[in-house]
Amino acid sequence: MNFAPFLFLASLEGLVQAAVLCLTAVGLSLVFGVMRVVNVAHGEFFMLGAVLAWWLASLTPGHAAFGFALALVIAPALVGAVALAADRLILKRLDYRPEATIVATIGLLYVIQQTALLTFGPDARPVEAPFYFRVQFPWFGYSGHKLLVVAAAAAVLLAAWYVIAKTRIGLVMRATRFDRDTARAFGINVHRVYAAVFAVGAMFAAVGAVLVVPVRQAHYLMGLDPLLLSFIVVIIGGLGSIRGTVVAAILIGFSDGLISVFFSPTLAKMASTLLVALVLVFKPQGLFAVQSR
Amino acid sequence: MAAVTLLKARRLSKSFGGVRAVQAVDFDLREGEIRAIIGPNGAGKTTFVDLLCGRIAANQGTVEFAGCDITALAVHRRVRLGIAYTFQITSIFANLTVLENIAIAAQNRLPERGGAPFDAIETLRRVGLGGQENRRAGALAYGHQRLLEAAMGLSLNPRLLIFDEPTQGLSDGEIQGFCDLLADANRSTTILLIEHNMPVVMKLARRITVFDRGRVLAEGAPRDIQDNAAVQAAYLGQ
Amino acid sequence: MKHRPAPPDLKAAALFVAVIAALFALQFVLPEYHRLSVTRIMVLAVFATGYNILFGYTGLLSLGHAMFFGAGLYTAGLCAYHLGWGVPAAFAGGVVAGALLALLVGCVALRTTGVSFMIVTLMFAQVAYLATLYFTAYTRGDEGLVLPQAARSFEWFGASVDLTDPATRYNLSLLLLVIALAAVWGVARSRTGRAMVAIRENEPRARMLGYNTFAVKLQALIISGALSAAAGAAYALLFAYIGSSFAAIQYSIDALLYTLLGGPGSVLGPVLGAFLMFYLVDVASQYTSAYLLVTGVALILLVLYFPRGILGTVKHRWLPWLP
Ligand SMILES: Nc1ncnc2c1ncn2[C@@H]1O[C@H](COP(=O)(O)OP(=O)(O)OP(=O)(O)O)[C@@H](O)[C@H]1O
Ligand SMILES: [Mg+2]
Repeated sequence: MNFAPFLFLASLEGLVQAAVLCLTAVGLSLVFGVMRVVNVAHGEFFMLGAVLAWWLASLTPGHAAFGFALALVIAPALVGAVALAADRLILKRLDYRPEATIVATIGLLYVIQQTALLTFGPDARPVEAPFYFRVQFPWFGYSGHKLLVVAAAAAVLLAAWYVIAKTRIGLVMRATRFDRDTARAFGINVHRVYAAVFAVGAMFAAVGAVLVVPVRQAHYLMGLDPLLLSFIVVIIGGLGSIRGTVVAAILIGFSDGLISVFFSPTLAKMASTLLVALVLVFKPQGLFAVQSR
Repeated sequence: MAAVTLLKARRLSKSFGGVRAVQAVDFDLREGEIRAIIGPNGAGKTTFVDLLCGRIAANQGTVEFAGCDITALAVHRRVRLGIAYTFQITSIFANLTVLENIAIAAQNRLPERGGAPFDAIETLRRVGLGGQENRRAGALAYGHQRLLEAAMGLSLNPRLLIFDEPTQGLSDGEIQGFCDLLADANRSTTILLIEHNMPVVMKLARRITVFDRGRVLAEGAPRDIQDNAAVQAAYLGQ
Repeated sequence: MKHRPAPPDLKAAALFVAVIAALFALQFVLPEYHRLSVTRIMVLAVFATGYNILFGYTGLLSLGHAMFFGAGLYTAGLCAYHLGWGVPAAFAGGVVAGALLALLVGCVALRTTGVSFMIVTLMFAQVAYLATLYFTAYTRGDEGLVLPQAARSFEWFGASVDLTDPATRYNLSLLLLVIALAAVWGVARSRTGRAMVAIRENEPRARMLGYNTFAVKLQALIISGALSAAAGAAYALLFAYIGSSFAAIQYSIDALLYTLLGGPGSVLGPVLGAFLMFYLVDVASQYTSAYLLVTGVALILLVLYFPRGILGTVKHRWLPWLP
């Protein structure tokens, strides 16, 4: 039997998974890196993005592509607004104290998730893909939308990299991350930076969710898996290191698909969770400690 | 009293990245002494006493205390052997009462070496905190918090008391009281203090060790140190 | 300090007796449904009391205590189900399993502090939860197991105890709660308790006063794990059912929430917290399936406006003698 087509398909699936994971995890990593806040509600921003995408798409008449395009713009904006409110109403008032913010974001997780249950309901709902173009490979056809997901994720990440590395906004962010008191001394409005970073971090997750919702379906409990996977990625990649996060996301996105081919998914999850916990204890700078800062 | 060496450091060294904070320092302390360590900012004084009490691990060298090699011992084991240490930055149990602060320290007190049994109220009175025992420690004035730290150190009944700049931020009156306290404490314990306040040093110390750039620049009686040209250069050269 | 033992705190002791007497009397006035609820609440209060040792007294915030509750629940339940152990042996097995797990977890997780400790405990608990699903041949995972008739009664010094009798269950869970409270109160007043508080308030200073902070934290975790496991084992044996959901993260959050609401670092706080939160969720769940909204809102409000919890605030403001 020829193994190549199978492996190729698995890699394509892994690529899609990795792309979405990259977006979600970079959001988490950004928030942790700059604000030192561990956002347990991050997966719920992902869920919210998907659910809002469904809602927006269902409101939009005409071709599915319109609804999708609308969702791609508006859903992340709305999620960003929710995150902004959470920052102002909760995190800022806690003065971003690490332990208190974790407990508060656990509360936020429940609030967002249960509000979605109240309004959106307990059922999973599909969102139509913007187009049904299939890319024809020698062995099989492959969803054009999935390839679009990969391309879009790459574009967003590149743009983010450009902003962080090359612009004044990025400089301000990096300065704040380095030392919040010094940043303040240089006239940076630290609270505004934090609010913006928290919103942008949530928007990354939302964009990932909108991109992937046509192949997944929206559901009020869908935030838990991306949360755990992002945690794994961020810890393996080194807390707060964006580059490490991207490397780890690609690695884990790929291997996740492959591993579950060979092992029971439960066992794979157990092993990876345990491994990650041990990394956090014994190698908190991550496995790919690219010298950050 | 026979000159018993209480503490002996040999070729003790510590670097932080490229900064060689303490470089191959030899140091001896006799039982019953009051020793002052002086030196310009960043000379490595705090790092040196951190190495003695085990707060940070040395890169090289050995520390002996009362004849035992303690180089590899954890902080709490060294405290149990009789080394008490007061941080340069005030560190107390701010949310607990003054008395609770003392009780926490006294729980690990060394067995009495003669004298009266331990009395927390009496110890507080002795440092000048009489009547304050039920106040929240964090609510005390800064000077009183430093006194509380000293009282916690005394409550351990240590063989060696180390202070890192104890009089910093105190008023003249408080400094006077503190000197009396140290002189009194010295009847039962050896004292090593880092101090910038020269009158205090001159009054209390029987010997002075001068640090500069991670090394011992000079050591001797207060008068000799005052006249030492190298020491003057180190301070003036600042 | 002349080592005079701390004077027996009469007011606190009287309060304990009053609370226990009230709980005992409650069974005669409550209707059946609420009597069962209070039976459950008292077991959950034991769990929260165990949590309080670690969080309230030692200052370590674990997000994974469901694993200790689950260790007790599963050890007791599986031993009773598969090995035919009697109730006392299964209970003891559960407690020992919880203590051992705490020892193991502590040796690794206590190398971290603060946020890392929270995440590491969360992840270990997630591994434990997944294990209950993975070994589904023995545990039946989510669906769970109902304990056999043989595990519903036992002989105790000649007397036969019937666990299907609601009054018996009520009083056994009250007994367990009394033991747990006595244990916490005892620990809080002991030398170890003082060391725990010292670590909570200022760990570097505690170390510099001669405390082996790692050992003290490990002790706290083991006591905490054993108490949590006792609650889990009791839950399995009293209600004759074990299932994965009892090891899920929800239970870790509940322990935290009960403690936060009642007052971390106060002996009776977690009991009060368990009562209030249980009934709050119970009432909410009659109106909506999104009853966990209550949990979320409570967590946020408590951290924002009420970090001392109810009894912590009462103690701070009005009654400093409160245990
Ligand atoms: N944890 C650390 N990491 C990096 N460098 C350090 C650290 N602690 C001290 N240093 C450096 O080591 C040198 C010695 O510092 P140390 O605090 O021992 O000086 P000091 O004599 O106590 O000064 P001061 O009188 O200001 O208290 C300094 O250059 C300091 O910057
Ligand atoms: Mg210093």
